[in-house]
Amino acid sequence: MMTTLLKLEGIETYIDQFHILHDVGFEVPKGEVTVLLGRNGAGKTTTLRTIMGLNPATQGSVTFNGKDITKLPPYKVAKEGIGYVPEDQGIFGDLTVGENMRVAMQKEDDSTHERMEWVLNLFPDLKTFWNKPGGQLSGGQKQMLAIARAYMNESELLLIDEPSKGLAPIVVEKVMESIQEMKEKTTIVLVEQNFLMASRIGDRFYILDDGQTVHQGQMNELEKDESLKKKYLGIA
Amino acid sequence: MTNLQMNKSTMAYTLCAIALLALPFGYDNRTILFLITQVFIFGIFAMSYDLLLGFTGIVSFGHAMFFGIGAYSVSIILDRNEPTMFYLVIGAIVAMAIAGLVSFIAGILTLRLKSHFYAMLTLALAGLFLVAAEKWRSLTKGNDGFVLQIPELFRDRTNLYLTCLISLIVLFFLVRRFTQSPLGRILMAIRENEQRVESIGFDIMHYKVIASVVSGVVASFAGVLYILSLRFVDTSVFATEVTLDALLMTIIGGVGTLIGPIIGAGIIEFAHHWLSELSDVHWIFERWIILFGIIYILAVIFFPRGIVGSLMHMWGKKRYKKHNQTKNEQKKVAS
Repeated sequence: MMTTLLKLEGIETYIDQFHILHDVGFEVPKGEVTVLLGRNGAGKTTTLRTIMGLNPATQGSVTFNGKDITKLPPYKVAKEGIGYVPEDQGIFGDLTVGENMRVAMQKEDDSTHERMEWVLNLFPDLKTFWNKPGGQLSGGQKQMLAIARAYMNESELLLIDEPSKGLAPIVVEKVMESIQEMKEKTTIVLVEQNFLMASRIGDRFYILDDGQTVHQGQMNELEKDESLKKKYLGIA
Repeated sequence: MTNLQMNKSTMAYTLCAIALLALPFGYDNRTILFLITQVFIFGIFAMSYDLLLGFTGIVSFGHAMFFGIGAYSVSIILDRNEPTMFYLVIGAIVAMAIAGLVSFIAGILTLRLKSHFYAMLTLALAGLFLVAAEKWRSLTKGNDGFVLQIPELFRDRTNLYLTCLISLIVLFFLVRRFTQSPLGRILMAIRENEQRVESIGFDIMHYKVIASVVSGVVASFAGVLYILSLRFVDTSVFATEVTLDALLMTIIGGVGTLIGPIIGAGIIEFAHHWLSELSDVHWIFERWIILFGIIYILAVIFFPRGIVGSLMHMWGKKRYKKHNQTKNEQKKVAS
């Protein structure tokens, strides 16, 4: 039976005076990759930021593991077990790769060391550049560091915002392969413009348009639905 | 920083410290020794400011209030009691406790604000302390200030010099340890991106308040030493110029480097001294503050990283170039 890990209901979010999200709602099943699709400005990033408490919802509710986290500040949301990889990766440029990773460790115990070992095997580049400042990494390495760091924080759910943005196709491939592997360990909500990539790793999708959830379903259904893809994603 | 680099820098600092410890035994120019003592004191003060500005990204215009709290607390206790070591230690403890408490309360009340609002509020708070010191004449003797007796041990300039130097060394290594600890790394991360640190799971307010308290306590200790060197206190210890001096020392020396502000303190203190002496040569040197303004503008335009920051940057670039050269040579050999 499907267990819901994250549930959004009737979310309304404003950024300053602008009404960005209108009645957004969706469910994220445990152990799956849920992809948020939609054109630029559809409200995908704001949805992730609302879940994290960075742009808190004015109405509606965000439930994680059965607990209402709508009004929690971002650090408490993270402590609940949600990791966030923002669009700009959010690497601490002056800190080394190692320091970036250690900052994310809430505690140092066997399970954290196991996580560290696993994630470094997944992204061996991070081991190579362990003492290099984060700001000097390439775009792909920064993305890997951002994902690894979010995972280090004992995250049960990872929110990943456009991991392929601005990366060379070969690097995108590598990042996506890593996300595919992470799928075995954690639940993922992925915002992705690259439909081909998203369809490869996603299990279920939600389409956002003009700040509303307009469609949902299984990823394999969307792949076959040409009219839907054309209407909301501009894919002919 | 690698272990080898760290050892190298620790060795360089140790050699510098030994040379400075030996200085008063081979050089007895009282003016210069007094000046260097002032450099040590302002070095501690600027280092405490760097902890806020350079490591946590907090801009404060009211840092002088902690310096003033240190200065007045110890002065009042020594003035109202016997000028013994016991009362000096009590005074220093009281100074640091008050500074810790004030920075804690001020931090809780103000650190939620955005940087520029915080800066203005700290300016107002420091102004409040300045006005209180001016008006509470029964305690502070107002703008006139007062001369105080200090323990016998510190009446000897060499002893005071050594005490200030040892305090600087100990505090430098303690603060360095603090900035290299996991907590220090979080502070640096806050400086870079507050929102990101929050979404990793850290309550940034909590860490900012810790930085503010540590910085305030260290600054108050600098105020205690300052009074021992001057043996006089007046309301100028709360003046905005004191904070601006610390800001200038930190920016010229190198923000976020700890050693930079100490070097900056040396440059500013010696520049104060020499430029004032040159007032007989030309009237412009009477207005040395104008020259400082020019130095400040030039430093921000041409050396935004400060002296130490620029040197470290140049050194880093050189190492990177060398590393790339070696890598290319290895590739050539391999092919």
